[in-house]
Amino acid sequence: MTPVSQFLKDARVMAADLRHRKIIRTALGNYEIARDKRKASFQDWQGARQLAAETKWEAVNHLDKHLESFAAKLEARGTKVHWASTAEQAREIVLGIVKDKKASSVIKSKAMTSEEIHLNDALEHAGLKVVESDLGELIVQLRNEAPYHIVFPSMHLTRDEISELFQRELGSAPTNDPEELTMIARRALRKKYLTADIGITGANFAIAETGMISITENEGNARLTAALPKTMISLVGIEKVLPKLEDLALFLPMLATMGTGQALTCYNTMYGGPRQPGETDGPQEWHVVLLDNHRTELLADAEQRDALHCIRCGACLNVCPIFRNVGGHTYGTTYSGPIGSVITPHLRGLQDWKHLSSASSLCGACTETCPVKIDLHHHLLHNRRNAAKGKPSFFEKLTYKIFAMAASRPTLWKTGLALARIGQPIQRLVKGTALDPAKSWTKTRDLPPLAKESFKDWWRNRK
Amino acid sequence: MTEREKILGRVREALQVSAHVPGTHGHSTAPSGASTPRHWLPKVGESIDEQLALFARNAAELKADFQLLNSAEEMRTALLSLRDKENWKRAATHSGQLTDAICPTLNLPLLRTDRTYDVEALEGCDAGISECDAIIAQTGTVLVTNRSAGGRALSVLPPHHVVLVRRNQLVADLPAAFMLVKEKYADKYPSMISFITGPSRTGDIERILVLGAHGPKKLSILCF
Repeated sequence: MTPVSQFLKDARVMAADLRHRKIIRTALGNYEIARDKRKASFQDWQGARQLAAETKWEAVNHLDKHLESFAAKLEARGTKVHWASTAEQAREIVLGIVKDKKASSVIKSKAMTSEEIHLNDALEHAGLKVVESDLGELIVQLRNEAPYHIVFPSMHLTRDEISELFQRELGSAPTNDPEELTMIARRALRKKYLTADIGITGANFAIAETGMISITENEGNARLTAALPKTMISLVGIEKVLPKLEDLALFLPMLATMGTGQALTCYNTMYGGPRQPGETDGPQEWHVVLLDNHRTELLADAEQRDALHCIRCGACLNVCPIFRNVGGHTYGTTYSGPIGSVITPHLRGLQDWKHLSSASSLCGACTETCPVKIDLHHHLLHNRRNAAKGKPSFFEKLTYKIFAMAASRPTLWKTGLALARIGQPIQRLVKGTALDPAKSWTKTRDLPPLAKESFKDWWRNRK
Repeated sequence: MTEREKILGRVREALQVSAHVPGTHGHSTAPSGASTPRHWLPKVGESIDEQLALFARNAAELKADFQLLNSAEEMRTALLSLRDKENWKRAATHSGQLTDAICPTLNLPLLRTDRTYDVEALEGCDAGISECDAIIAQTGTVLVTNRSAGGRALSVLPPHHVVLVRRNQLVADLPAAFMLVKEKYADKYPSMISFITGPSRTGDIERILVLGAHGPKKLSILCF
């Protein structure tokens, strides 16, 4: 099945799924209250957004300089920095380290970059045991699913479903108490931390000035992943750069505000190297893998370059009427929602993924909420334009030609209108059936009735 | 050509064309540089007392146990009552001015994480007692590094993290905290710097708050 037919099929099912709708409404309703409270605590949220956008602009528009500094500072303190142009190269680098260490088990903290390059599959193929340590990620891993949402991976599940899953996969006693369920996961993972050979993390920010990555989390699982295993690997997209350490003073609270509605996420941790002389714990070796995977192509598109400013807070997903109706899995992509619809065509091919740009009401809620001011809904239009330019549709061109011809000839337009007034009552008889020429619209919607009198007629006849 | 050179080459080529700064309606290709985070971040009071009160409010909201005390003696008493209330059998700590002065009063076997230690033994401890670099009024945060707080694991592996801190370690806001890190460590940064804001938590099951996901279920901040 092609991505577009998969999308249409799943969207149709999910949009009518009232259970799904109820779960998402409750979850996101609570999120909105918390988020708005945090936004209001800022002295001026719009000022903060502008400064964040400008800081990311500086980072992305001088990316070469910042990446060089980031890598040099890391290397100076004993970190091995790897560069991967493609997903395949990144997987090979990680597999190489794993083989070199003769590792048999890996513990991971949440990393969307690892979803992007399908790292778990590659590691499991190589015979490794891979355990996700973030609770939401663990839940979707046990279900053999992709994360539903980039910040809330298991948002689509109820506590009963999670309880059944834990009983089946972890052999736990039945309970639907969220606290007990969390403790089951805590106990199951404790042993894994102590015995894992390798810890794999992502990164929320890469600080160019000091050569550090910054990881944001609530559970403490990334802290443990970066403390206990002997070898640590961090997968970092090249766009994660921030110029200065103190830029985090703005970005950490903004990410928390928009991501989860917190003033600050529980643990925000900067790592600048493996265990240093005199330190008593932490990994002996640290590998940072810098991932391009088509990001430089997006960088080359100056019009949409600001999509690389994204800090993956998920705020645009949460406000998007399309996301809220069709759900995260329907997109069939690593990054869903408006930001996913904008960047996926760049990461995985415009013609195969152009339909995501049309799955939008262009309401602009995403652009308005984005903490770094990415012009999301205009980029959806840019993608539509580029897709039409790249591969024009004969039928679409013909339709517009006919429309233009009729619209520029008053008599023809008038005749058409008169015919339509006759035709519409007939159309109503076959509405939504195979005989209906407007079927794809009228299947789920009404065609508004044509006015009895056109504006022109009314104007002429008014007293 | 290495992958590094290839990637940097593609970046440089892409950046030949400049992009507009967001929020300037296409009129600017350079940021204004007119503001700093402090212009926009949540306000903190001017005086130390206001900031201490703000820290206490934030800590309460985060479900952290913040105790404002008047002397080292009171801190010892507070730690002892935590020991008895939580029924600690073993604790872990590191050497430091405050920890050395306060922890022996516990009269418990103490694991030291600032020398070579056994992770399993740390996992078996009921509490990890550490110092910190600063506490931050704006967000109710404890700032630790692996140098100031006994390594990477002490503050996150045991189920109860206890922070011993002096009032003069309070800073107003996040920009001040980052400034402190820069001034204190200059170019010799510890390999881990962590901003701890409340006890470990998750909302991954129906977005319901649960404390103690993987890190400590309890965070006590004893301050005099």
